Amino acid sequence: MTLLDAKNITKSFGGLTAVNDVTLTVEKGRIVSVIGPNGAGKTTFFNILTGIYKPDKGTVVFDGRPIAGSRPDQIAALGMRRTFQNIRLFGNMTVLENVLVGMHTHLHAPFWSIVTRAGSVRHEEARARERARERLAYVGLDDKRDALAKNLPYGDQRRLEIARALAGEPKLILLDEPTAGMNPNETAEATDLIRRLRDELGLTVVLIEHDMRLVMAISERISVLDYGTKIAEGDAATIRSNPRVVEAYLGKGATA
Amino acid sequence: MATTTPPSSAWERLTEPLRSGPTAYGFLGLYAAVCTWLLLTNPRTSLGTDIVFVLFLLLVLFTFRSRVARPFKIGLAAALLGIVLPIFGTLNPFYIDVATQAGIFVTLALGLNVVVGFAGLLDLGYVAFFAVGAYLWGILSTPQLTEINPAWSPVPPIMFYPFVLLGLVAGGVFGVLLGLPVLRLRGDYLAIVTLGFGEVIRVLANNLDKPVNITNGSQGIREIARPPLIFAEPLRGLGLRFDDQQLYQQFFYFAVLLVVLLTMIVVSRLKSSRIGRAWEAIREDETAAIAQGIPLVRMKLLAFAVGASFAGAMGVIFASKQLFINPPTFDLLRSINILAMVILGGMGSIPGVVLGAVFVTLLNLQILPRTATVLREAQDAGFPIPETFDPTQYQRLLFGLLLILMMIFRPEGILPDERRSEELHEAQQAQQEEPPPEEAAATPAG
Repeated sequence: MTLLDAKNITKSFGGLTAVNDVTLTVEKGRIVSVIGPNGAGKTTFFNILTGIYKPDKGTVVFDGRPIAGSRPDQIAALGMRRTFQNIRLFGNMTVLENVLVGMHTHLHAPFWSIVTRAGSVRHEEARARERARERLAYVGLDDKRDALAKNLPYGDQRRLEIARALAGEPKLILLDEPTAGMNPNETAEATDLIRRLRDELGLTVVLIEHDMRLVMAISERISVLDYGTKIAEGDAATIRSNPRVVEAYLGKGATA
Repeated sequence: MATTTPPSSAWERLTEPLRSGPTAYGFLGLYAAVCTWLLLTNPRTSLGTDIVFVLFLLLVLFTFRSRVARPFKIGLAAALLGIVLPIFGTLNPFYIDVATQAGIFVTLALGLNVVVGFAGLLDLGYVAFFAVGAYLWGILSTPQLTEINPAWSPVPPIMFYPFVLLGLVAGGVFGVLLGLPVLRLRGDYLAIVTLGFGEVIRVLANNLDKPVNITNGSQGIREIARPPLIFAEPLRGLGLRFDDQQLYQQFFYFAVLLVVLLTMIVVSRLKSSRIGRAWEAIREDETAAIAQGIPLVRMKLLAFAVGASFAGAMGVIFASKQLFINPPTFDLLRSINILAMVILGGMGSIPGVVLGAVFVTLLNLQILPRTATVLREAQDAGFPIPETFDPTQYQRLLFGLLLILMMIFRPEGILPDERRSEELHEAQQAQQEEPPPEEAAATPAG
């Protein structure tokens, strides 16, 4: 079953075409990677999928609904969550609160019930905290739940961002360079976590990543962007042997 | 740096027995008894009474900061604010008026704190919502209404009570009206637009006396209605003989106290709810907040509406208490003053903002004028203070100096939100500690 179907996406900024006629189809339960040199338009593509940018052309269908042009919060509420390349946590809130914010779309206490502190609100809040701690335990951060997010070590911040995305009980999670800046040890842990998201939680994962070993190891399908255009698509073996991909990464003549 | 005392300073260790355990009960009880005795036996307005009055209000704060049983806390605070202070007020009306003013500003500061402290939206025109509430009751309860249309007659004074709620709604509506055009703005730009909005409301109040006389212009509105004293007869039945003046002082004191309590409850409940967290998330990072499914527009408008509604309701009470309002009552300085209360007390922190509001009000109404009087008396008594030096002229200077010193030595406010205090002192710690080398290296831009 197709979970995400982005067709012929084009987006220009002034004279620069950041994303040019890119199509990406993601089947439910897959791990799909988008790779490409710096400036290839990968993050712009993510921003279009999550509603931060409106595409100039093209359609996005998520879980059977057209979402191109919807607001980011509406798309998030439909079950698409993301992490950011340059970690964007709520630094001055605690680790637990960050996860609770991620649950926003699943908390429905109305204004008046909050003000009168109705029993239903207390119940919902208690359950949310319980669930948030489960999420934190899942990524291995439960013992740090009362720390300020910005005081966490770098690797933990990445994991907290994933926990926050998980808190929204998404169907699809977009990870923008989840291992950037990590040492090999942390990268191995992150790889394991991404795999568990799919295997244990049944999530569909789309990944932007520069670490080729990680990409080749866990993705079932890889799309390669270069100068905003998709130049190749396929499984790890196909991509590795594709001359255009090698050229994009290493320059012309490298294949000879 | 010498300015930052760690939480477990020698002072804190010395005073620890006063804040917890059986000694705390004894200390608070004795403190309360002494203050009460001093206030009730010597209620004359003087420097001594001023000091005792400030100590009395500090006691209420200590009561809440001590680790004593909750019923004791609430019981003692209720006795102090609900019994001792009103009785003292019947002996000396000046101090109960100061307390009422302080309460009015506590509500305003708490409302502004929702917008500035929680949601991080800098609002420099907050007093406009206070004006909306005040003019609402001012116009509709006085013959001013017949100026607009001779066929209309003022609403009866008993309508004061529903009008407090109406002021709440009107404040909220104006909050949304201000919010709508400024949704896309942040920081400095937002501050300028809100400043403009505040001025627009004030200038409207000043100039809407022609072609149709709505606000009576710079003359202001006089003889604003007060609600009938429905409880006067039962009180007289009890043998208590107060004149109307005293009764109104008591009435407004309790009305303001009630609104303050309600505001504190509402604000603290919102803070710890999904709505409060959404506001904080918006303050921290809008893009990340919206990616969590938080509807930015709705949440920002809600912050503006909630913050403004408290000011609207308080405006109605204020107009009725003052009997007279005019445009300068709602000038920019008033907005800045309320913002100073929020920042001085501790942005985002509810106890901090309450303390900040009480402190600034006392400073303006009591401490600074008293300092001036004391200096003047010293001058008259022959102390070597130059003849040309007029202490009363230097009140605002002292206030400004105090603000500057506070921001240098305690930028997070008197009683900061616990999480925020960490944030501001971190920078100083970072200067002292060596930078962690491997972490800095492991954090590339992207």
